[in-house]
Amino acid sequence: MNEALWYTGRGAGLVTLVLLTVVVALGVASRAGRPLPGLPRFATPVLHRNASLLAVVLLGVHVGSLLFDPYAQLRLVDLMLPFAGAYRPLWLGLGTLAFDLVVALVITSLLRSRLGATAWRRIHWAAYAAWPLAVLHGLGTGTDAGTAWLRAVTAVCVLTVAMAGAYRLLLPDPATGPLGPPAPPGNRDPRLTPLTISGPPR
Amino acid sequence: MSRRGARLHIDWTACEGRGLCSEMLTEILAIDDWGYPLARDGRPEPAVPRELVAHARRAERLCPRLALRVLPEPPPTRPQGGSQLPPS
Ligand code: HEM
Ligand code: SF4
Repeated sequence: MNEALWYTGRGAGLVTLVLLTVVVALGVASRAGRPLPGLPRFATPVLHRNASLLAVVLLGVHVGSLLFDPYAQLRLVDLMLPFAGAYRPLWLGLGTLAFDLVVALVITSLLRSRLGATAWRRIHWAAYAAWPLAVLHGLGTGTDAGTAWLRAVTAVCVLTVAMAGAYRLLLPDPATGPLGPPAPPGNRDPRLTPLTISGPPR
Repeated sequence: MSRRGARLHIDWTACEGRGLCSEMLTEILAIDDWGYPLARDGRPEPAVPRELVAHARRAERLCPRLALRVLPEPPPTRPQGGSQLPPS
């Protein structure tokens, strides 16, 4: 039984890392303002959101199973309060911080329209802290830290996010890209001129 | 509200022309070469027919810039300038 908790916790942790990598890569790539090759435009935000919801579920399994694993010696506070743990407090604390941030990121994103775009965006930049923390946590603690395959998976994760960053930074922005800047309204198709400048709804 | 339909407000100061909305609401919006939405009915706030209100709300939630708002009342019956686009 204890073994089962331990295996579950390790497996769920690894899957969480992979899912968070997918989430961050999609978030970074979507800021390129261009659809991902082969996908419709709405697919990027839908995948980003759904992968993050799935990551939270797996994260719940990860911390939940290790909470009940007697060897991990976790208390309930260790899930929320970083660096208070008994066993490898530094590496565990990084994971706790990442957990808090991911939960906050998902909750604020689900309430995005109530928070307003600016406040939500500022909070969302915490993703750039959460993901590296999760990576370090995975490298530093746990049974599998130091194994070649865990290092390989981590390397692939880092490479994935780096590629998303390159996609965002190296390809031309569509607003100034091959099509050039938008035509002035007078040069548009006359049937397509109902553009009225308007701000937020009154 | 949804019995009478609704209207779609686009906040042009926030919109970055990501083109999601035109893709999801092809019945209501066309797309220009830069990804910005164009109202097919020529209105500044295009009408959202009753059966598309739930779908328009989905687009509202997904707009990466939160630039879309589904407003409760349908627009005035007469278009306010521009002309109709053929449905795609
Ligand atoms: C329900 C959950 C979430 C929703 C609805 C959501 C939504 C969004 C949206 C709308 C964007 C802007 C994309 C654009 O401008 O094209 C974004 C960006 C991003 N998201 Fe999320 N997100 C969620 C969870 C997460 C989580 C858990 C992480 C990471 C741990 C994350 C990481 C990112 C990153 C790195 C960006 C790019 C930010 C930037 O550079 O401006 N997101 N997300
Ligand atoms: S989805 Fe939002 S940002 Fe993208 S074109 Fe439509 S209104 Fe503009």
